[in-house]
Amino acid sequence: MDKMPKWADVILTPLISLFLAMAISALVILAIGESPWLALNTMVEGALGSSYGWGFTLYYTTNFVFTGLAVAVAYHASLFNIGGEGQAAMGGLGVALVLLYLPLPHWSIALPVAMIGAALFGAAWALIPAWLQAKRGSHIVITTIMFNFIAAATLNYVLVNILRPPGSMDPSSARFPEATHLPALTDMAAAIGIDWGRNTPVNISFFVAIAACLLVWLLIWRSRLGYEIRALGRSEPAAIYAGIKPVRIILVTMLISGGLAGMMAINNVMGEAERLLLNAVEGAGFIGIAVALMGRNHPVGVFLAALLFGFLYQGGGELALWTSIPRELIIVIQALVILFTGALDNMVRMPLERLFLSLRQRGDS
Amino acid sequence: MAAAAQQIGGRPDEAAPAAIELRGISKAFGPVQANRNIDLKVPKGTIHGIIGENGAGKSTLMSILYGFYKPDRGQILVNGQALTISDSQTAIRAGIGMVFQHFKLVQNFTVLENIILGAEDGALLRPSLAKARGVLKQLAKDYQLNVDPDETIEELSVGHQQRVEILKALYRQADILILDEPTGVLTPAEADHLFRILEGLKAEGKTIILITHKLREIMEITDNVSVMRRGEMVASVRTAETSPEELAELMVGRKVLLEIDKAPANPGAPVLEVRDLKLVDDEGVERLRGISFDIRAGEILGIAGVSGNGQTQLLELLGGYPEKGSKVSGTIRMNGEVLDLTGTKSDAATRRRRGIGHVPEDRQVEGLIMDFAAWENVAFGYHDKPEYQRGLLMNNAAIKADAGKYMEDFDVRPRDPNLAARNFSGGNQQKIVVAREIERNPDLLLVGQPTRGVDIGAIEFIHKRIVELRDAGKAVLLVSVELDEILSLSDRIAVMFDGRIMGERLPDQTTTGELGLLMAGVTETGPVPDAAGTPPARQQGTDRPEGRG
Repeated sequence: MDKMPKWADVILTPLISLFLAMAISALVILAIGESPWLALNTMVEGALGSSYGWGFTLYYTTNFVFTGLAVAVAYHASLFNIGGEGQAAMGGLGVALVLLYLPLPHWSIALPVAMIGAALFGAAWALIPAWLQAKRGSHIVITTIMFNFIAAATLNYVLVNILRPPGSMDPSSARFPEATHLPALTDMAAAIGIDWGRNTPVNISFFVAIAACLLVWLLIWRSRLGYEIRALGRSEPAAIYAGIKPVRIILVTMLISGGLAGMMAINNVMGEAERLLLNAVEGAGFIGIAVALMGRNHPVGVFLAALLFGFLYQGGGELALWTSIPRELIIVIQALVILFTGALDNMVRMPLERLFLSLRQRGDS
Repeated sequence: MAAAAQQIGGRPDEAAPAAIELRGISKAFGPVQANRNIDLKVPKGTIHGIIGENGAGKSTLMSILYGFYKPDRGQILVNGQALTISDSQTAIRAGIGMVFQHFKLVQNFTVLENIILGAEDGALLRPSLAKARGVLKQLAKDYQLNVDPDETIEELSVGHQQRVEILKALYRQADILILDEPTGVLTPAEADHLFRILEGLKAEGKTIILITHKLREIMEITDNVSVMRRGEMVASVRTAETSPEELAELMVGRKVLLEIDKAPANPGAPVLEVRDLKLVDDEGVERLRGISFDIRAGEILGIAGVSGNGQTQLLELLGGYPEKGSKVSGTIRMNGEVLDLTGTKSDAATRRRRGIGHVPEDRQVEGLIMDFAAWENVAFGYHDKPEYQRGLLMNNAAIKADAGKYMEDFDVRPRDPNLAARNFSGGNQQKIVVAREIERNPDLLLVGQPTRGVDIGAIEFIHKRIVELRDAGKAVLLVSVELDEILSLSDRIAVMFDGRIMGERLPDQTTTGELGLLMAGVTETGPVPDAAGTPPARQQGTDRPEGRG
């Protein structure tokens, strides 16, 4: 028998966690002499109050969906991939190389090619830790986090020494060709006669992210590979008994995971910056861990959690812009949400389970 | 129910307070009522058996007695004194000692160090060790509990490790000894020795509570027996006044067939031919030292032996997944064709395709994914079958249809294919595994410990299905540490000891005693010298270390 109903597990628990995080954030804001109510208002207004705000929120959401899915897929094989940051950075390199060096006449051709480039580079970056884990038993948490640093350093070198256009003082690549620029959501809305207002970075990648959610769901719960991934993740001896090859599954899972993280680059590098910048990922790889944790490693949950963190990012930016609440405090608020929804999950869950058990017992007797 | 419990008749010496008396003990874990209103009276100086199926609440009850759990309700009296046992220290002070099913010994400590662990007299070890050495010598003399005090635990046989556990309790001056499934890991000879020790302890006035699911042991050694079923004490009777059949019926709540009635085997052509199979594990230990046998169609070959003598390695090797890093040699023929022992075609999936089904020894670790729903587990190992694929995706509808059918056929309860495997009882979990393997109609079925932790009702059912498979002309390899199971199911019996087959016997032409000797490594021509060159096993082999691991 399950300890509590499913809705309590997947909806009530994160909501209570979120509420606790907000309550403590409110206290912190009160402590520095600002009004929590005003702060919340500013955040909601800034992130969700206008099509402009939504544009930024959804742009961030797209990033977090990709990195969140990357963590979620690996999690099902019991692999904790915290190298999303590095894999997304390398994905950016893949996108940049493809767009700068291949003659691609139109964005509709450029997008699938860039997706392949992004996924290949991200997957390749995850492959080495995966191989070390599968063959040598080197713990993937250690190797993936180290590979984040190696990715950052590699990207730095490549941008400064190879991709930087001659004469430029900026460690970034040249702009991608005009023809490969992705349509922004504003343009797409305009094409079907809807006025979305001012231009925002959210672009067609948002729909790719939604498609990725669906594909990941099919992969994990409907495909044979997903069955084998989940079996290995739950019990390695059982998987071996069933004829599943752990080395193969670990490698394939990490390739998919790294590929998903790398695909984030079509949003931030191809869609928004339209050139490769240093530190383009901006921590989205790490936010992906919180997103997957909060989303219970389910694509729907990942999407909702990504939306929440998109809101926090955009709302936080607005908060810094319109109030005297310092930027650092916004990071505190984001950290509180991660702390409560991710790390302190059991703090909410256990009393809740006990509550439901006692309710049920009362119902029984 | 307390009202239903028959009280044990008064014996002359029962005027004295009982060693242990439980009154109305109840304990619930969440919605599960593990113990309900338990009454129990264990007279001083007796051996009291407690039997019941898995999950009947025996272990919970004993854990309450030893202070691991706090009862929700009820009273415990030790020697007539009401006592609140809040932790194991209180239990020890009250003279209660416990020998767990899984020994609580520090493997790389000596016997002496283990004995004083937690009972040191002061900050310095030396005086405690010296004292313990003296006490140990006396105990060894009084109760035939000989163990070398300076040997480390890992060097001792399982039987001797158990003696250390008993000595630990006696060193702490236990008057009441609780043994939880003590014979599960012993050879028949070791079990006999244990019973002699227990009788010696009883003669000294100690009280012993024996928890077991083996009816034979209850009949052999206990004075009184209490039967538990679904958290309740359903009866307490004098052993002399009951029978195994009555006890089995009390345990299950209905009549059970203890004997399997099966027609004589009608063996056909050899299905599995194993020749000179050797396996050296990654630590360089020889686990299989040249195993050869045949199994013919329509025949059950039972492999008897104390666990840890290579049976696990044999099953894993035949199933296609020997432990990583082990070196294998020899030949396996299946229906006349040689099977690969190494390489990509030696894996479990290929073996299944060759018609080998496998009910693994440990269903919870290997046979099932406990978090998967029952229907997902029904496809486990067979998930690559064409009929379960639909384009790129899996045909879950087909799997669910099969799951429904198998659960119906094997009477799995509750019949809910969406329920996670961990929420089924041990017997029903095993039925799911057995159903999955038998319903594929394999030419050869490997079965490891089919009824470990399975309730009597399900045992009966699973045994019947295995015999049916044999009657359908299939070959069955049965590995079990339960000698009764081997004797009643097998058409031929091979006994394994230390990676070898010590001999083959026919079940109707052998005895438990003879098999027991073979299980301990003794043949007609005397003990077999160890390949590593260590001295041959001493008397009945009970002093031999069993397989390292």
